[in-house]
Amino acid sequence: MKQILLAAVAALSLGVAAASAEPVKVGMITTLSGGGAGLGIDVRDGFMLAVKQSGNEDIEVIIEDDQRKPDVAVKLADKLVQAENVDVLTGLIWSNLAMAVIPSVTAQGKFYLSPNAGPSMLAGKGCHPNYFNVAWQNDNLHEAAGAFANVEGYKNSFILAPNYPAGKDALTGYKRLYKGDLAGELYTKLGQTDYAAELAQIRASGADSVYFFLPGGMGISFLKQYAGSGIDLPVVGPAFSFDQGILQAVGDAALGVRNTSQWSKDINTPVNNAFVESFQAEYGRLPSLYASQGFDTANLLLSAMSKADVKDADAFREALREADFKSTRGEFRFGPNNHPIQDIYVREVIKEGDVFTNKIIGKALNSHSDAYWSECNM
Amino acid sequence: MSLILLIEQILNGLQFGIMLFLMAAGLTLIFGVMGLINLAHGSLYMIGAFCAAAVAGATGSFLLGLIAALAGAAIAGALVELVVIRRLYTKDHLDQVLATFALILIFSEGTRWLFGSFPLFLDIPDALSGPVTLPGGIEYPLYRLTLIIVGLLVAAGLFLLISRTRLGIQIRAGENDREMIAALGVDIAKLYTIVFALGAALAGLAGALVGAIQSVQVGMGEPVLILAFVVIVIGGIGSIKGALIGAILVGLTDTLGGIFLPELMKLFFSPATATSIGSSIASMSIYILMAAVLVLRPTGLFGARA
Repeated sequence: MKQILLAAVAALSLGVAAASAEPVKVGMITTLSGGGAGLGIDVRDGFMLAVKQSGNEDIEVIIEDDQRKPDVAVKLADKLVQAENVDVLTGLIWSNLAMAVIPSVTAQGKFYLSPNAGPSMLAGKGCHPNYFNVAWQNDNLHEAAGAFANVEGYKNSFILAPNYPAGKDALTGYKRLYKGDLAGELYTKLGQTDYAAELAQIRASGADSVYFFLPGGMGISFLKQYAGSGIDLPVVGPAFSFDQGILQAVGDAALGVRNTSQWSKDINTPVNNAFVESFQAEYGRLPSLYASQGFDTANLLLSAMSKADVKDADAFREALREADFKSTRGEFRFGPNNHPIQDIYVREVIKEGDVFTNKIIGKALNSHSDAYWSECNM
Repeated sequence: MSLILLIEQILNGLQFGIMLFLMAAGLTLIFGVMGLINLAHGSLYMIGAFCAAAVAGATGSFLLGLIAALAGAAIAGALVELVVIRRLYTKDHLDQVLATFALILIFSEGTRWLFGSFPLFLDIPDALSGPVTLPGGIEYPLYRLTLIIVGLLVAAGLFLLISRTRLGIQIRAGENDREMIAALGVDIAKLYTIVFALGAALAGLAGALVGAIQSVQVGMGEPVLILAFVVIVIGGIGSIKGALIGAILVGLTDTLGGIFLPELMKLFFSPATATSIGSSIASMSIYILMAAVLVLRPTGLFGARA
């Protein structure tokens, strides 16, 4: 009886605490200058749009620019944690920066909600109860492309990615579900912009399809040069080379290319339609998948704030884990390692009027989790 | 490895080298004549690409874009020389590096402020798109072939300019003894502005030509700048001929190394290990080349001054 009473009191006090919660302080470290700033700007804009739409006054967001440099990101994280005393951190785009920041801030008892980077280390052995990934585990979109290649009947793929950890995750991801042979496997230099040598090898390899992971400017260069090379093989890539921000720079060279993504602007749900429309009204451009991830991250945070006080870490963590928010990509829940379980689509690049964009042509994977959750003990 | 693939790769290396030459020529001229280390040369490359993308986007003409790139970069170069660089000739190299590094940051953020953070669209003209078939059945992109020809023409023009014109005489004299030509009544300040603008225009041209097959975005110049420095160190600082030979050497080493080293490693290791070791060594290859050249000839292949 006494225990029940105590529990009731505790629950009551919890309810009271949640109702008169102190403002939640959010530290956003993202890339706003230098190469790759487009990604950080989209995440920030998506995040701030959700905050604005909620009308919630109890959230304070401090935005910092990491310049895509790990040392800057670490310094900013120290400042946000120690001087600003934020409750939640978010925003990082790049996996190498994520590896430098996330383990240290979660160890200091802060929450980290990742709107983009999902390195395999943090999904498996290095997982942490306070670390939530709202985007994907790095391998996911590549696994989907491998599955799609089986459906299309590709038997001899040529695959390439930059020589850095996320590039290796990418090719590993593709090979995980792909059943055919490899005509060739190449690691290019990170930041490389000329692919003439690789294209000549692709031409000579006798491949029946090409899979590439070259995010940002690297992908623009590759696609333009691919189109000029006269090679006539189907190309597949992850959404990172076909997001709304860079498609216009690729132009006709991207038309008809299939790419895998967990989000697309034509996912026909009321939540997503409203998101696309309001993002366009607010910023005057179409949202990218990064913007949708920022938007979802903010909504996840807001949903947890309405259920628990951020100072009560255990309750807040449970509230986050429930993922009780309306995601722009439809079904969304967390697996045991706090990484998403979600559908992954195949999109095709089309032209709507003057604007290049994507259209869903099918689903590559249903309720897909990641390959590392069994290694996670928490 | 067939002969066709080999020839295609040599052409690729040549094209890469020729584009590097356009960058390195300006850099080496500026260093040779004025003794200035200009880190902001990569920004001029970026300015060329952005001018070309903006004008080609507005008018639909790639040629107008190229002219805009040349003009835009030359004007930016001349302005920078008049406002900032002019004060640096008497300072030591560390001050020059610091000031021109500041220029990189100013140009990058200024470009972002003007054009936004997303890459710009610049495509090759329709007349130059697609592949051509060379003798021997080699399919090669027409645009890259054009780049090789344009680059060689520019190189030839530059040689004529330096060896046959009055301006060229002044430039060569300026390299040898700048006090003396000032004493002889040559307006050295004007000469410096012209040389700087010429170097900038070459960088801008390279930016526009390469921007059409790569991505036009903030920060695109810095990786090329590093390679251009490698080129002028190999070729000998101040030598245009050295820049041309050095650029082609670097282009061929980088391209062919990227293909043959992984193949070579496959003789010793399993394919997966070979690919990763080979690619790692390949990305070092041009620096190994530079070190080797410096050991044999400390002033570079055609460097005059010690």
